[in-house]
Amino acid sequence: MNILYDERLDGELAPTDKAEVLADLQRSAPGLTLLHREEDLRPFECDGLAAYRVLPMLVALPETLEQVETLMKRCRALGVPVVTRGAGTGLSGGALPLEQGVLLVMSRFNRILDVDPDARIARLQPGVRNLAISEAAAPYGLYYAPDPSSQIACSIGGNVAENAGGVHCLKYGLTVHNVMKVEVITIEGERMTLGSEALDAPGLDLLALFTGSEGMLGVVTEITVKLLPKPETAKVLMASFDDVEKAGRAVGDIIAAGIIPGGLEMMDRLAIRAAEDFVKAGYPVEAEAILLCELDGVEADVDDDCATVRKVLEKAGATDIRQARDEAERALFWAGRKNAFPAVGRMSPDYYCMDGTIPRRELPRVLKGIAELSEEYGLRVANVFHAGDGNMHPLILFDANREGELEQAEAFGGKILELCVEAGGSITGEHGVGREKINQMCAQFAPSELTVFHAVKAAFDPGRLLNPGKNIPTLARCAEFGAMHVHNNELPHPELPRF
Amino acid sequence: MAETRPTSTDQDISEALGERVRRAAEAGTPLRIEGGDTKAFYGRPVEGETLSTREHRGITSYDPVELIVSVRAGTPLAELEAALAEQGQMLGCEPPHFGADATVGGMVATGLSGPRRPWAGSVRDFVLGIRLITQDGVQQRFGGEVMKNVAGYDLSRLMVGAQGTLGLVTEVSLKVLPRPGARHSLRLEMPRAEAMAKLAEWGRSPLPLTAAAWHEGALHLRLEGGPSSVAATRERLGGDDLDNGFWEDLREQRLAFFSREDARPLWRLSLPHNTPSLDLPGVAEADLLYDWGGTQRWLRSDLDADILREACARAGGHATCLGAREGRGQADPFMPLEPVVEKYHRTLKAQLDPKGIFNPGRLYAAI
Repeated sequence: MNILYDERLDGELAPTDKAEVLADLQRSAPGLTLLHREEDLRPFECDGLAAYRVLPMLVALPETLEQVETLMKRCRALGVPVVTRGAGTGLSGGALPLEQGVLLVMSRFNRILDVDPDARIARLQPGVRNLAISEAAAPYGLYYAPDPSSQIACSIGGNVAENAGGVHCLKYGLTVHNVMKVEVITIEGERMTLGSEALDAPGLDLLALFTGSEGMLGVVTEITVKLLPKPETAKVLMASFDDVEKAGRAVGDIIAAGIIPGGLEMMDRLAIRAAEDFVKAGYPVEAEAILLCELDGVEADVDDDCATVRKVLEKAGATDIRQARDEAERALFWAGRKNAFPAVGRMSPDYYCMDGTIPRRELPRVLKGIAELSEEYGLRVANVFHAGDGNMHPLILFDANREGELEQAEAFGGKILELCVEAGGSITGEHGVGREKINQMCAQFAPSELTVFHAVKAAFDPGRLLNPGKNIPTLARCAEFGAMHVHNNELPHPELPRF
Repeated sequence: MAETRPTSTDQDISEALGERVRRAAEAGTPLRIEGGDTKAFYGRPVEGETLSTREHRGITSYDPVELIVSVRAGTPLAELEAALAEQGQMLGCEPPHFGADATVGGMVATGLSGPRRPWAGSVRDFVLGIRLITQDGVQQRFGGEVMKNVAGYDLSRLMVGAQGTLGLVTEVSLKVLPRPGARHSLRLEMPRAEAMAKLAEWGRSPLPLTAAAWHEGALHLRLEGGPSSVAATRERLGGDDLDNGFWEDLREQRLAFFSREDARPLWRLSLPHNTPSLDLPGVAEADLLYDWGGTQRWLRSDLDADILREACARAGGHATCLGAREGRGQADPFMPLEPVVEKYHRTLKAQLDPKGIFNPGRLYAAI
């Protein structure tokens, strides 16, 4: 697809003059850092989806809420689109700049405002890194649960915009389950509070609506999150299987035994080998698949659950089951999984990461489908899954320098998402739609449903100035690409900076 | 003789419901959406033609291994809970029924959760997807039957607690939880301040707590989890055994505190964790019941609504008046919104329900 904003397909924008906008903002927001020279703009041309690059017209780096307010009011008056960016680690091009827009970078709002151990909440500016929250809460025995793989770099503001997940979602939920309150500045420059430090707030649940809205409804300027007590203990079991489908079925068997693991991850042979070569986690390289099952909670219960899960895994046909002996080995088991992306990146010049979700029961069938497609397209695929919640990250390996391989990878990826939607799933579980999957939205939603999304957007941003061209496609775009469903509309991306 | 539970006649009347909505929109006729009519007290009265969801009922899919159930709005809540219990599962949000006819749609519309809420999550936390009839009479699908789904805006969770003001929810997909292996309830005599301090301390450690209420000099606790941890915690905390039925009585407002003989309005105060006593004028300790570890406080009081709401707002919370249940409440049930938030409530309502046919005035006069 075309990365660039296409007025024919994404909606008209008012013509803007860079010099005029710059002069206006300099005049109306004194002290606001504005970048406008090409060499200064270059570092902001992409987010974590590095294959999508667009130079923004201007970059604004505000340090006060007043500057954000003024920026929004002036951009609205001038008809200039605003794309908000956090740490720029997103994987779907949600913070991809617009040539004719201002990129609003919130990274200077990076203070932890308050940690209240008795109320078990933390109040944060949006630029605070995800991991820094848990670090600040650790002295009180508390932590922040959602842990996207990029947690050492990604910001809580970006997490709210994308409704970020991680490896513990089945038990502890997504960002939407762990955020209590946000402060927002609207496109009109008004401030509003959504949610509450209490467990609910009067009126409509606009907090849920804003979470995951990809910067399309307002700019989040402060976030209050819930903190949880650290589990007394966490133990991890690693089970090997000689068959991927058996491993897939074992996932369901664990849940059927009434156990909700803290984490339940699966990797297939190619991913196992890549990870083992890279981090020497002690993975069984001869296995077709492994399951990592982490059980956390109160010591006595965890011991009981470990015994139950071990039995379930044996019955499911695991060829080997190992329990991490100590904290060091537990960390090592996880290191392999958490480094799976870069590990796969070492095996192939390029790879393409998918983010589809499926009902868990469809796992064996979808895995089989992916294996068949892999043969059909002649491209290897390494499968890494948040198996407990049905969120798949198949990594398609290819070489962009080889004639036609890029197109093959695109087509293959499209087929995988088609398979997910057909199995009753979604095109994205945690990475977001952004610019990357804008066309695939046409496959998941009917025009009448997209119209409802447009109505929601119009309630908060009738001029369509907040992050236009992302998340929700226009009907014109779907008319053009809808018939193609999820084929042929992805650009590949080379190695992503993942952790 | 084996006991049989009543089962509903499963049927899909979404087309007829859509047609009703379409005609209402055409004629500009307001609709008063009704399920079991058990929670009419929770909100402002609606003037309109009654549209009942009760015939649109039945579980459309339930695979216990998925931990997901999809169910039509008119299905009795009791029927859904019985079906889950058969598979050793439950609704994590422990919703109140307030009557045998309570429906799943009513649970979603009001968004009311029970004693487990601070530990397990609210109704909205368990909603994964909905089917919604919008103002054009078309049934739409948002979210789905998967745990993680970030495609498009989260309209599913937006509908929870919206009380039918944005559209007609016809079906909902919910995450369900396994029933805990062990359950035990305790009663510990202790003054309120000590109970609150204890709860703050316990909140920082991974105790298997799933309910905590203080009333009339005693802290009531429920422990749920694995048999080993429940037994160990019970040992550690001591106190007297408490019938597990206490929590259902609390949830359904059947405790003496909620007695209809008390003529004063019933208020629900929603406050942050660890909020000290609000020291409200003329309020005695017996007029208060602390649930949700102190974050949901029930109050019987004739106190002026503005004074009460101001005190709650200062503490970072809000107050809801449920007095209307007995037709006594004078105050608006829901706390007025901040002007900017109120403005976006209106713009959203105008976008999704331009003719104002869905439960107009149920939440606020303008919505």
